Amino acid sequence: MAERKMVNLTIEGRPVSVPEGTSILEAAKAVGILIPHYCYHPGLPIAGVCRMCLVEVEKAPKLAPSCATLVAEGQVVSVHTERALEARKGVLEFLLINHPLDCPICDQSGECELQDYTYQEGRADSRYRDPKRFNPVEDFGGDVLYVPNRCILCTRCVRFMDDVAHDTVLNVSERGDRALIGKFEGKDLTHPWAGNVVDLCPVGALLSKDFLNKARAWELDRVASVCPSCTQGCNITIETRDSAVVRLKPRPNEDVNKFFMCDYGRLNYRWMNRTDRAESPLVRTEGALRGIDWDVAVHAAASLIRERRVFVVASPKLSNETLYLLSRLIEGSGGAGVFRVLTGDEAPLPGVEDLALRRDRAANVKGAELFGFERSDRPLAKLGDGDVLVIADDDLDGIAVEDVARAAQVIVIGTTLPEAAKDAAVLLPITNVAEEEGTFTNLRGRVQRFMQAKPAPGLARPSWLVLGDLLGALGKQDGFYLPSDVFTRIAETHPAFSGLSYDTLGMRGLPVLDSDARTTTRMGEGLGMGQEATR
Amino acid sequence: MGFPHKSHPRETPLLTRHFGEEEARTLDGWKKRGGYQALEKALAMTPAEIVDIVKESGLRGRGGAGFPTGMKWSFMKPGDGKPHYLCCNADESEPGTFKDREVMRWTPHALVEGCAIGAYAIGAETTYIYIRGEFTEPLIWMDRAIREAYDAGILGANSMGTGKRIDMYVHKGAGAYICGEETALMNSLEGQRGNPRIKPPFPAVSGVFGQPTTINNVETLAAVPEIIMKGAAWYKGMSLSNPKSTGTKLYSVCGNIRYPGTYEVEMGFPFGEFLHELCGGAPDGRKLKAVIPGGASVPIQTMAEADATLMDYEGFVAQGSMLGSGGVIVIDDKQSMVRVIARLARFFAHESCAQCTQCREGTAWTTKILERIRDGQGTMEDLDTLLDLADLMTGTTICVLSDSCAVPVVSGIKKFRPEFEALIHGKRVHSVLSAVA
Repeated sequence: MAERKMVNLTIEGRPVSVPEGTSILEAAKAVGILIPHYCYHPGLPIAGVCRMCLVEVEKAPKLAPSCATLVAEGQVVSVHTERALEARKGVLEFLLINHPLDCPICDQSGECELQDYTYQEGRADSRYRDPKRFNPVEDFGGDVLYVPNRCILCTRCVRFMDDVAHDTVLNVSERGDRALIGKFEGKDLTHPWAGNVVDLCPVGALLSKDFLNKARAWELDRVASVCPSCTQGCNITIETRDSAVVRLKPRPNEDVNKFFMCDYGRLNYRWMNRTDRAESPLVRTEGALRGIDWDVAVHAAASLIRERRVFVVASPKLSNETLYLLSRLIEGSGGAGVFRVLTGDEAPLPGVEDLALRRDRAANVKGAELFGFERSDRPLAKLGDGDVLVIADDDLDGIAVEDVARAAQVIVIGTTLPEAAKDAAVLLPITNVAEEEGTFTNLRGRVQRFMQAKPAPGLARPSWLVLGDLLGALGKQDGFYLPSDVFTRIAETHPAFSGLSYDTLGMRGLPVLDSDARTTTRMGEGLGMGQEATR
Repeated sequence: MGFPHKSHPRETPLLTRHFGEEEARTLDGWKKRGGYQALEKALAMTPAEIVDIVKESGLRGRGGAGFPTGMKWSFMKPGDGKPHYLCCNADESEPGTFKDREVMRWTPHALVEGCAIGAYAIGAETTYIYIRGEFTEPLIWMDRAIREAYDAGILGANSMGTGKRIDMYVHKGAGAYICGEETALMNSLEGQRGNPRIKPPFPAVSGVFGQPTTINNVETLAAVPEIIMKGAAWYKGMSLSNPKSTGTKLYSVCGNIRYPGTYEVEMGFPFGEFLHELCGGAPDGRKLKAVIPGGASVPIQTMAEADATLMDYEGFVAQGSMLGSGGVIVIDDKQSMVRVIARLARFFAHESCAQCTQCREGTAWTTKILERIRDGQGTMEDLDTLLDLADLMTGTTICVLSDSCAVPVVSGIKKFRPEFEALIHGKRVHSVLSAVA
């Protein structure tokens, strides 16, 4: 990429240097000044209609909309002068004259930009004395509900559907103060990425039906994570209330998902709250699985594995750390590891390059491959008689008990005990993605961290911890105290991961150096010196 | 007395001189009146020469803003490898303005000729005439004139046998006032919702379909053939006051006036004499009270101001208003200013495109307050609120519709405050009030 010319200007007395073509609003962000705005969104084309981001530019006769005004050399910008504040206060008053002020019953309350900026810069009262405009709530299809009375007509939703989703569903209907967001005849918000309009809406006008009246924004705990539902690896925030996942939201990552996530991933979280979980380690004694101490259970599993061929059926939703440790379990035993993946139709988001709901509906297919697991639709086909079968969180759906029974011993390391493995000798309960920390490798070879969002059920332990202990019991390994220890070991032993650590990954991730990933994927193009330098 | 009345001797009929002549509407009739000689002459010149003549003539935009036409044309850089477009803004929707309508009704070929010359001058092969949706009759005449011009080889791939391509299309609007704003016009022309665009980029850089575009008013373009035929010096000579305002200007006069109609006078003509002498003054038994001289979006003048005004771009500004589109709305002493202003505000509230917050909410709110005052339900605080809203609505939005709504409110309250206060204090001062409201 050609070097862009840098422009020097002053914003609120602070010197700023940004590339030519940057807006004043973005330049201000760079020095930590948030200019209030509604219609502007970095992932959408500029509209410049809310007029909230008006700032004073020295020598300019009018206030400038900072989202639509580009920086210029020597410009002096003031955000908080009386004139700019008065203008923005005016915009807020205008936005509120027809607003129902129904914050107590609005889902957006607590995360509403109309609330935030009104508290920050707005008037304490309104001079409006006339009746307010009223329009009924409308079902926009998909997961979206439209409450026109709260709408400030920023048109973010319209622009997302037109310019990012390339599915013209929404429009601005009517003119003047009768205007509202409309739906074209016969169209619905059924696009696989349409749910993003709810996140984009700065107020409570577009609501998620799934989240409707479920929780107040301030009751939620938020944790950075990665969407486990396909190989894209969209960065997300898991939001929990009372240790239950109630909502997934996209977390911006310029290199993966920009600001978006698909509806499939967004709404596929209920399994994280399953209550029929394996909560205690079980070992088969006298013909029945009985609860027992973790140490005993781990050693029982170790004694079954020792001196036998280990055949692992792993879930591609497991973390790199877990899959690595599973591969260590197989190592030297002459065994093998396989995984299978649920698939579906690919659903791209046309306005963003290389972003799609991928066919493979599991987050770590690439990781599983990197650690030597083989993809197979018939996972037990290569199971040898006399093997120890380790089921690592595969639900064994569609697999017969008889097939499983071909194994000499069955050990389940999982969140549940699958029906087909009910004759297992040992069950080691593990946590799911929302309950542990780890990393995934997405289809472009990008390694990204996810964090623990809720506590483990019962006595279940993080999968990396369970497997570390198991390897320890086998004498293959000292125990690990942290998932970062496991990752450090991966980086030391797997060339693809060399140089990476939790610290360098940060919360946005980095691509693996594996030559396959570099040459076979499109993201490989960005994997040159520039990427290495950022490590 | 202007059209449809007999022309007043003190008028300078240039664009209006064939108004009312049935024959002038046809190609033959127009040619008989010297039509298309200017185009022939222009096509023999270089585009740069035409631009220079227009620059030299001092012709300024007649749509309202008064931007020098020659300079606007010179923004279109020849040989940039992009298609250029000329748009003729025939979306004349400003309340009180109907001069372009008359030009298109009576002398459609003058506009076709002006457009053809303008297109050639800016290097455009295509001209779009964006005509107001309600102009059903002018549309018929414009369509007919263009068809005749194509059939006669004046327009088309080989314009007047010179090998130059000049295409012309009439595009009918769908009834939105805002589509007269040049960037909204371009959006509408492209098939989008008619919302004004953020400037920059200006149309000369990125206009219709993202290509360099010039937008001119009907009256501006219709004056071009005259300038080409008679020369820049002649046109420049028609200036009675400020030399920066040249030529003739059409005024459509309506309201409480004896002879409403379309008038044409030289720049700098005294407004007082224009109203009282040419237009015949107030109807019997009444007195003129106020004038809105340039369409609904310019400040209201008191009669004292109007009488002291010289009719050109600078003259109206000197007396607290603007030349605007030349839509003169005359108001006499029987009228309530509050009612007039409330009605104007309602128009703008209805026509706001709803993009910008201040305009969408501000115009509607202003209207609600004004109508409340009109109905005797106002308070003194309402007047302060109105002025405050007007302040917030001025200079803060993408286009000037919001400013336009604020203009009559501010000038009205400033110049006719006692009328507002009388209504607020419960006095019914006007006979033709509330009953009709």
